[in-house]
Parts: sequence; C-alpha cells; structure tokens
Amino acid sequence: MTQMNMLQAINNALDTAMGSDERVLCFGEDVGVFGGVFRATSNLQQKYGKARCFNTPLVEQGIIGFANGLAAQGSVPVAEIQFADYIFPAFDQIVNESAKFRYRSGNLFNVGGLTIRAPYGGGIAGGLYHSQSPEAYFAHTPGLKIVVPRNPHQAKGLLLASIHDKNPTLFFEPKRLYRASVGDVPDEDYRLPLGEAEVLKEGTDVTVLGWGAQMEVIEHAVEMAEKEGISCEVIDLRTILPWDVETVANSVLKTGRLVVTHEAPLTGGFAGEIAATIQERCFLYLESPIARVTGMDTPFPLVLEKEHLPNSLKVHEAIRSSVEF
Amino acid sequence: MTTTKSKVVYNPVFTDGAEFRIPTFKLLKQDGSLYKGAKAPDLDKEKALRIYRAMVTTRILDERMLAAQRQGRLSFYMQCTGEEAAVIGSTAALDDADMIMAQYREQGALTYRGFTIDEFMNQLFGNELDYGKGRQMPVHYGSSKLNYMTISSPLATQIPQATGYAYGQKLKGDGHCTITYFGEGAASEGDFHAALNMAAVHRVPVIFLCRNNGYAISTPAAEQFAADGVAPRAYGYKMDVIRVDGNDILAVHEATRAARKLAVEHNRPVLIETMTYRLAAHSSSDDPSGYRSKDEEAVWREKDPILRMRLWLESKKWWSEDDEKQLQENMRREVLETMKRAQKRPPPALDTLVSDVYDEVPPALAEQFDRLKAHIRRHPDAYPKSAEHAKREA
Repeated sequence: MTQMNMLQAINNALDTAMGSDERVLCFGEDVGVFGGVFRATSNLQQKYGKARCFNTPLVEQGIIGFANGLAAQGSVPVAEIQFADYIFPAFDQIVNESAKFRYRSGNLFNVGGLTIRAPYGGGIAGGLYHSQSPEAYFAHTPGLKIVVPRNPHQAKGLLLASIHDKNPTLFFEPKRLYRASVGDVPDEDYRLPLGEAEVLKEGTDVTVLGWGAQMEVIEHAVEMAEKEGISCEVIDLRTILPWDVETVANSVLKTGRLVVTHEAPLTGGFAGEIAATIQERCFLYLESPIARVTGMDTPFPLVLEKEHLPNSLKVHEAIRSSVEF
Repeated sequence: MTTTKSKVVYNPVFTDGAEFRIPTFKLLKQDGSLYKGAKAPDLDKEKALRIYRAMVTTRILDERMLAAQRQGRLSFYMQCTGEEAAVIGSTAALDDADMIMAQYREQGALTYRGFTIDEFMNQLFGNELDYGKGRQMPVHYGSSKLNYMTISSPLATQIPQATGYAYGQKLKGDGHCTITYFGEGAASEGDFHAALNMAAVHRVPVIFLCRNNGYAISTPAAEQFAADGVAPRAYGYKMDVIRVDGNDILAVHEATRAARKLAVEHNRPVLIETMTYRLAAHSSSDDPSGYRSKDEEAVWREKDPILRMRLWLESKKWWSEDDEKQLQENMRREVLETMKRAQKRPPPALDTLVSDVYDEVPPALAEQFDRLKAHIRRHPDAYPKSAEHAKREA
C-alpha cells in the first residue's frame, strides 16, 4: 500500500500496465516528456521510451483514429484527450468507429484494446470549456464502455480493468479530485470489476446514486440527512455503460426512494435513463418520485459556477423532499 | 471526374516538395535599422505610434495581470509576450472594420483597435460589466463594436468559421475581409485543413495568420509536424502564402497589407506564417521549465519585437526616452487603477445563468431557474454572489 492522490494512482496504473505488457502505449497532447498537463503520464516516456509514450500533434480526431488503428492491429493504446471538453473533434472516430468496429465486421476485427482517458467535470473555475461532463453523449452509443472513478484506489483498479477490458472504454477522470485527497492504493496490479456499481453505505430510507466527483458531494449531503435521522443508502455507479441495473434496483426495492445526481445538464442526462429503468423495475415499491439533482440546462458558467452545480445543499434538499413526499 | 494538368511520366517518380523553399520576409534588424535593400514600408508617424503604443500597452497589461494572477486576484491568465509584432502588425495592416477571429493570445489586436483597459478588466474579473457576462475564463474577450469575435477555447474552431464569415463578406460586397489567428499547434486540427481548402475552392477573402511560436503548451514544433513549418501546406490547397519574421513589425505589417489586397481585390485567400516565440508560459497554469531551457528563451528575449520597433522609431526621431518613460508610467498606473475598480464591481446578475442559452428562456429552463432562486433564498449565506439577486426576484 502507498498513499497516493488520484493523479499518482492513475500514473501508477499506467506504469503498471506498461510494465507488464509491452503492447500498452500512452500518447496524446503533451503526454511525452512533460508528462501531460496534469502530469498523469509523468516519467512514462523516460521509463518506457519515446516509441511507447509520446506527444501527438494537436488533433483529437487524429489521436483517436490513430488509436483505433493501433487497437485493430493488436496493440493496447491508452489515448489521452487533454480535457473531456475537447473530445468532440474525435466524436466520429469514437461513435462511428470505436463503438462499431466489432459489430460491423462480424467480429473479424475489433478495437477492444482501446482506452481513452479524459479529465472531466467542474468546480475548478474552468468555465464553458474546461468543466463539462460529456458522459451522456457517449452513453447513447452501444459498443462503448464508460467508467468514472471516485478516489485514488478506484482510479487505479478501474483504469487497469479498462485497459485490459476487451471493449473500447472511455475513462473519465474527475479532475477536481486529482490532487484533492490521498488514499491507500495497493502497489500491485489489481482490477476492479466494470459494469458493477458499489454500495458504499447501506441504509433504509432513500437510495442516493452518483459517480465520480459527485460522490464527494453525496457524502456531505448524506451526512446532513443522517443528522436529521434519514437513513441513506449510497451507491457509486462507477460504470455508466453498461450500467448495473440490478444493484440499483435492489436498493430501491428496499428503500422505495431514489435520488440521482450528476453535474451534466438535466435534459438528456444519464439520470433520466436511470430514472426510466428504475420506475419500470420498482414502480410498485416507489414511495416518491425519483429525483434528479443535476446541472442546469445551460452551458457551464464561470462566475456563477456554484449556483449552477448540484452541490451538497441541493442534494440534501432532494433527499429530504424525497423522504417527506 | 478527376482531372490533373500534370505531365505524364513512364517511371515512378516520387516528389517530396523539397524543391519549394519558402523564404522568410524581413525588413527590420534588431538594432532598429532596415536590412540592406529593404524598402521602407508605407507607415506614417501617427500609425506607427498607434502600433507602438498598442504593443507597449499589451506588454504591460500582460505583466501586471500575470502578477495579479500570482497574487490570487485572478483565476487564470495568458500572455501575448514576444508575439506582439505578429499580432499587432497584422491587425494594423487591416481596415478597422475587417473581422478578427482570434485564438486566445491576440489581446494585442484588441489593444490596437481601442479596447479600453476597463473593458479588458471587466472581462478578466467577470464582473457585471463584462460583455461575456462572467461566463468564460479570463482572456476570452469579444467586441462586436471592434469587429473582434468572442474567443472560444477549443482550438482551431475559428479557422473554418473565418472562411465562412469572409465568404459572407464577399457576397455582401462591402470590400472587407476576415483575418483569423491561430498557433502552429492548432494548425494540426482538422478544422485548419477544412478551412484552407474551402477558402481556396470558394475564393474567399480571408487571411490565415499562423503564429508559429515554437510550442503548443509543452510540445515543440518539431513534434508537431515533420514539414518545414506550416507555410508549405498552402501549396496543397493552391493558396498564396508568405513566411514572415514575426518579431519584425514592419515586415508583418507589409506582408499583411499585401495579403489584404490579394484577399479583398482578387478574392485570393492567403496564409501568413509568422515565425516568432512564445516568451511566456502557455498560461498561468503552465511552467515551461519542464520542457525548454532558459538559454533557448534568452536567445529569443534578444529578439524582442517591441525593443526592435522602439529603436526604429527613435532612429526616425518619432520617439524619445521621455515619451517611453511617460507611456510606461501612465499605462502602469492606468492598469493598476482600473484593476482595482473592476475587482470591486459586483458579479453579473443571477439571470445571466439562464439568458442567452436561446434567444428566449424556454419554459423548462425558466422552471429550473425558479427552483434555483427559491433554493438560494433558503440558503443565502451559501451563495454570496447571488443571494441579493434571488431575494429581489422573490
């Protein structure tokens, strides 16, 4: 065990993967000698050489197209998009290519070795273009996996699982948490399961569900609610696609209430998908409407970021409203 | 049907374009004198001083605001330092009504056009007078009055937009063009290639100005492209191209003046590659010591474009030591006073959260906004920037 922040855990996961399998490559803008603008790839070029860890030209569609080709050839590319806000030039390569490579060829070819890492999310005074949470766009794309870690331990285990998974995986890193705290991270290679949510705390009155940086927000909100005598069950979804319906449904069958929260805007956000599925599965057990606490239906602001974000006060109010319905 | 005018050969002949060597256009030496044989540009005293004042103002603004960022007064900043001639020399060669679509390091263009220090500060501090309503990070300026399109952080997106904007100008027939600025890193984006190809195909009056400043954050130009700079790409699109010493204000001005003539009078788009150097860090979040040497920076510090112009102005007796001292003192004072004023101004009103998403606020968003206001009224202490607004709108 070593104490690491999330960036160190991610760096350690990449180091572990590159050290154990020479097919693993890391590349992207500023990823080489500089180690990435957040330093997630620090020392990897120095350790594994320029052929396996390198700067690319500044072209996201090129980075992912190149990564698709590498993955098809049998390499294991881990491509970095510097900010999730800048992933959109690569949308075509991800949505039409990565996601459909296996299906369209009848499994003659696949890009299952592909992992795309991108820092996402707000709370860092990043304004419109350094704050977005684009998971829902990709959640509408069968063939992709989407993974979001909540802390250093999860980050290493989920990233290693993503790298070794046999499907193209988007790994969104909550950049607000990069250096926010440290935690115990095993030194060895370990993989946490994809497609499985984790119940972080059992409770009886209401299920509170989120992922990534929002888990910290939930923690504070739940603390407030518990002081008022509300027993909360907390779930980290961890994998957005394909998502763990069973764990969430079983929880809601028990509590009868569900609050889902994410930073992305309300309309078309992934909470809508969860709400629809859970009301189908748990309709007769629901004691209150499923609540969504999300960013507003606007671009991401700067000065009024705090007003926009689904903070712990808002999540706490939703928990209370759900219980008092 | 695909056709080509090329001649036919009967053995495989490869060509790598090495026969095309694009020269670098220079006029002004670092000591302020003209190169032998260089034609003095058509630049009168009034305009020359307008350019110089804009360069000095930009440098001082950048120095002060980076310091303010270091003091924690500002969340973020980006400097134009070292590239003032490339930006201001080109803007000055245009008509003030020509459109500018910049990347994010071209505050010098705004300074030249007359954006006031107050206007800069209001954006940097995102206060109630910021035209962008406190929505974007610092340095994302915009001015419809000065024909300067609001900055967008994603790289290169403005380049094909400039082609489209200029096509509209051509149809309108008002004799104006668009200039778009970008770095040599952004020129790797697909948008760059699309923009140049469409401009050449549709004969659009647009000037593509590449600030080849050596680095895209940490990535050196040598890892950005294998070719000799960005300029040779113009051949592939059949576009006029010129490479200029980007720290030479006279050469940049003259090249852009001639490019504008081609664009506006002959509907010929032009690529200008200005060879310069980003003397500062990429942004206040960056530390170049991790990827380049102090020695390399020192070489370029010697090529300071502002000093070079000053020496030229002094040689023409258009500028003196006293003038310099006065300008420096006045600008430093104005920047500091204006900063204090801007910092004290209140943030934008709460309803700027939901306005301008569409021309009108849709009903579902209006409902979200009502819920937000009620929430803020229940927790006024948690929202110091907006509690008063929420209360007033109760």
